[in-house]
Amino acid sequence: MIDPFRWIADILIYGALGLPQGEHLADALHFFVMDVGKIFFMLVAIIYLMGWFRALVSPEKVRNFIRGRSKFAARGMACGLGAVTPFCSCSSVPLFIGFVEAGIPLGVTFSFLITSPMINEVAVVLLASILGWKLAALYVAAGLTVGFVGGIVMERFKPEKWVEAYVWKIQMGEAGEQTVDNSLRGRHLYAWGETAAIVKRIWTWVLLGIGVGALFHGYVPVDLAQNLGNGLFSVPAAVLMGVPLYNSAIGAIPVAEAMLLKGVGLGTTLAFMMSVAALSVPEMLILRKVVRWPALGLFCLVLTCAFILVGFGFNGLDSLLHFSRGA
Amino acid sequence: MKIEILGSGCKSCQTVYENTQAALTATGKTAEVVKVEDMATILGYGVMKTPGLVIDGTVKISGRIPTAEEIANLL
Repeated sequence: MIDPFRWIADILIYGALGLPQGEHLADALHFFVMDVGKIFFMLVAIIYLMGWFRALVSPEKVRNFIRGRSKFAARGMACGLGAVTPFCSCSSVPLFIGFVEAGIPLGVTFSFLITSPMINEVAVVLLASILGWKLAALYVAAGLTVGFVGGIVMERFKPEKWVEAYVWKIQMGEAGEQTVDNSLRGRHLYAWGETAAIVKRIWTWVLLGIGVGALFHGYVPVDLAQNLGNGLFSVPAAVLMGVPLYNSAIGAIPVAEAMLLKGVGLGTTLAFMMSVAALSVPEMLILRKVVRWPALGLFCLVLTCAFILVGFGFNGLDSLLHFSRGA
Repeated sequence: MKIEILGSGCKSCQTVYENTQAALTATGKTAEVVKVEDMATILGYGVMKTPGLVIDGTVKISGRIPTAEEIANLL
């Protein structure tokens, strides 16, 4: 299959600039040009298309849907809905409070907070287009499981005691029906608005991710990547590296792409991706407004352990079943 | 007319503020525009996903950034 972006990168870097293929800077630049074209094109296309079909799944509707359900059902729904709802970090606080106010168990709320940043439909489709459907499906399955189990574990520690007092006192109103324009033009405007807004918000992060991926691709030797990127210590190392690093799930994709191309283990790569997306200092600082540090510390610890397990699990599975594309 | 922009201070909320000002200039209407960051008030309106746009006490838009044109139509 002809890849137009690879073709453009070939012409620009190896052709016009005349840089030799195989040389570090050349390869890094090639990766950069190719991925910038590929990712931004697909980002715009995917968000726009999704914008057309997305029946407004709002947190308010999610909340009303979940409240009053059995814990098992609520948890499953929270994970599933967290995966399909778009998420902006600054909404964490009102969302958290809204869920608590509705009487939704804290563990369920945490499940939602885990899956939301990790899995969003744009990242999944992007992942599928760049790295294949099998990988995307694995990522989603792993993410949902971590969300589900993570919520249960959080609950065992009775996090209610760590929620700030004012949260329990807030009364939430009903927003009422908003006018939604469902005409063709209305939907186009909505989809286009979403596309512009999301791209505007994440383009620097995506560029950063592509930059890191490009450097990895151009400068990290294959043997080094394969030696360090597989084996027992690679998984915890990858997860711990991802903790202080922050990027959206989308921005982490080009880095994962570079890692897999160099032969880094599948589990190691997935663990890294999840760690980068789900654990972020900005998010923790925002959530601090509603829960105290012990809860946040526990949250990070639970996720770190979960991602390490996912990493080991998939490295093992891959050696048996060969999911990943090789270098 | 009182317009309240609900948000916790992130960039999206700032954009809504700017779009609202643009809409007011475009339509030539005047209104008191207030940025609301207090969680209790925001949730009191039933909004869980910021930014939110409230006109004279009614939530018109929540969870997304409306264009200046869209806001102008609402005025």
